[in-house]
This record gives sequence, structure tokens and C-alpha cells, in this order.
Amino acid sequence: MFLTLVRRDLTLIARSPAVWMPVMFFILTAALFPFAVGPDARLLARIAPGIIWVSALLAALLPVETLLTPDLEDGTLDQLISRGIALETIAAARILAHWLGFALPLLAALPLAAILVGLESPKTLALALLLGTPALAALATVAAALTAGLRGGGALAGLIILPLALPILIFGVGAEAPGALKLLTAASLVLLAVAPFAAAAALKQE
Amino acid sequence: MRSVTDTASLVVENLACLRGDRLLFKALSFTLAPGGALHLTGPNGSGKSSLLRLLAGLLRPFAGTITAPPLSYLGHDVALKPRMKLAQELQHWARLDDAESRLPAAMAAMNVASLAEVPCRHLSSGQRRRAGLARAIASGAPLWLLDEPTAGLDTASTDLLATAMHTHRASGGLIVAAVHTDIGLKTPQVIRLG
Repeated sequence: MFLTLVRRDLTLIARSPAVWMPVMFFILTAALFPFAVGPDARLLARIAPGIIWVSALLAALLPVETLLTPDLEDGTLDQLISRGIALETIAAARILAHWLGFALPLLAALPLAAILVGLESPKTLALALLLGTPALAALATVAAALTAGLRGGGALAGLIILPLALPILIFGVGAEAPGALKLLTAASLVLLAVAPFAAAAALKQE
Repeated sequence: MRSVTDTASLVVENLACLRGDRLLFKALSFTLAPGGALHLTGPNGSGKSSLLRLLAGLLRPFAGTITAPPLSYLGHDVALKPRMKLAQELQHWARLDDAESRLPAAMAAMNVASLAEVPCRHLSSGQRRRAGLARAIASGAPLWLLDEPTAGLDTASTDLLATAMHTHRASGGLIVAAVHTDIGLKTPQVIRLG
């Protein structure tokens, strides 16, 4: 049943005209920095991981408004809940689908983004993104649940996610430091474990 | 308290529903035996839809207990994704209901088989409602919860629904429907709210 839900969510993501938006956004944001910072290649290479992570964070935020609001408004959630499917299961499936939908294309685009910001070997960064992006997907889903059905929910979701994503950002950018990857994984796992319950609590109707 | 069990009957005891600070109804008790049908009537805002949502587990009762068999709920929103073809949508739900083998017959029963390849955004509201009813028929759930099921349906479709409901009851199924007019249920129990 969980896999049926994930497959369904992925089908809907793949059908959506916005499917390429997060990865395009990721590349464009990364491409913007060399212009903004100037032609100093050493400076650019030093801040490159930060650029990549901020771009990834923004890319994860992009589909927040379409993550749960349509399901709330068209009766899909009613159909799932009335079948006795737990909101936690629905939220967990959505997190996995959102992660597959935005993080995998993003990782595929990482070599290109790395060239744009002058990063020579993005291996550690790729590993850090692989470990950290599930947490971004989890946070995005919680924020989507909290703001589902609200007008201008997307902007509010951004305000909710950005502070909570700080640990991921800090350990992700500093992935070269000893132990940083472990702390990144720990932060990621905590967010992943809490998120389905938080999202379900936010979606529960009185 | 609400529990879904394998019982054949729907039992509601002492149910109360609070929406905001308004008590919509209280001390509502009824039993629906296999083959039974229940009409919920009453003016707009009297709590018909809320009672259906309580029975479907979409709202929590303020007081009282509900014991329900597995159910299929059809509200005002039919939950069909605009970009997907109708057949894909119904297959998805049938997969969740373990009911893929029953789907073709259900689509035929509500005359939506010919719409299978049409993207849902091109369906009229009556066609969407028929598709929602086909989903309920295919689900195989003993209890159908229908919120104004004939809204937007033409006469022919209303007749198809009446036939489907008759077949469902004949095989021991239960139906609870919020209605404003006769929807073709024979000898239903009636609860008037408000």
C-alpha cells in the first residue's frame, strides 16, 4: 500500500508540467552566483558548497505549494483517510516521492552546477547532498502540511522551513570537516523520523 | 470513538457533532442492518455532510460511538486528478482497494467505460460524479456513504445509480446518503437533522 502511494505520487510528479522546475531553479541559482560575486575563482571555489546548498534548499522549497494543497482541496486526502490509511503513512510516502522527485534530478545536475561555481571535485558534496536532501524533503512536506489550503501558503512555508533547515545547511556545507557527515546524517534522520508525525498532526481535522 | 470492524451492520450510539462552537446534533443513535438504507435529510447546514464525514472517519465525534464496516465515501469533491486519464485514476483507487478485477463491471454499471481514455479535466461534473460512484461500486466496501449522489446527474444516470444501489443492498450492502430529493432508494430509514 505504501509503495502504491509512492508510485502514485511519482506518477503525478512526472505528469506535472513543473517537474523540471526544481532542477532548473537549482542550476540557475548556482549560475547566478559567479555573476553576483565576480570573477575571483578562488573566492568562488571557497564558497561553492554554500552556493550549492542554498540552491538545493530553494529547489526543495519550490514545489511546496503543490505538495499537499491539491490533495486537500480535491478530496484525495478524504478518500485516503476514509480507507483507513494513516495520515502518517500518507505523509511518509509523500516525503519519499518528493525526495525522489527533486533530489535525484538535482544530484544528476550537480556536476554541471559544480562547473558553474568552479568546484573541482564535488564528490564529498554529492555525498552530503545525498544524506541531507531527505531532510529537506521532510521539512518541505511538514511545511506543506502546516500551510495546506492557506492563501500564500508557499511564502509562509519558506519562513517555516528555512530556520529548521539550518543544521542541515551547516553540516552539509562543512561536510569536509571531520565528523560533519555523521552529524549531517544524524540531523537528517531526526527530521525524517519526526516529519511524518508532524505532517500528520498538521493535517488532522477536528 | 469510531471503529471499523468486519461487522455487517452500522451501529451509531449517542453521537454528537460539534463544529466550531455549534452543536450540530446530539444523542443521535441508529442501527443499519445489512441491506439497509438511510436517508439523511434536513436544511443546508444541519449537519448531513458532517454526519457522513463522522461515519467516514474524516471528523472525530464530540461524543458517542460509531461501529462501521469497511466503507467507501463519496463527498462533493471527487478526487480525480485533472491531468490523468479516468481509467488510470480509477485503477489507482481500485489498486488501493484490492478491487482491480471488479473495476470494469463497476465502470460499465455507471456508464463511464467509454470515458476511460479521457483526461479528467475534460469531464463534466456529472461524468466526474459517475466516475466517483463507479469507484464506490468497485471498492467492494459493504457501506457506501454518499453525499448528494445525484447532484449533477441526468435522469439516465440517476436510474443507473438506483440500479447499482439496489444490487448493493440485495447483496447485504448498506447505504447512507445525504439527500434533498428522492434518489431511488426503496423504503429507506429517514433521519431528519436540524
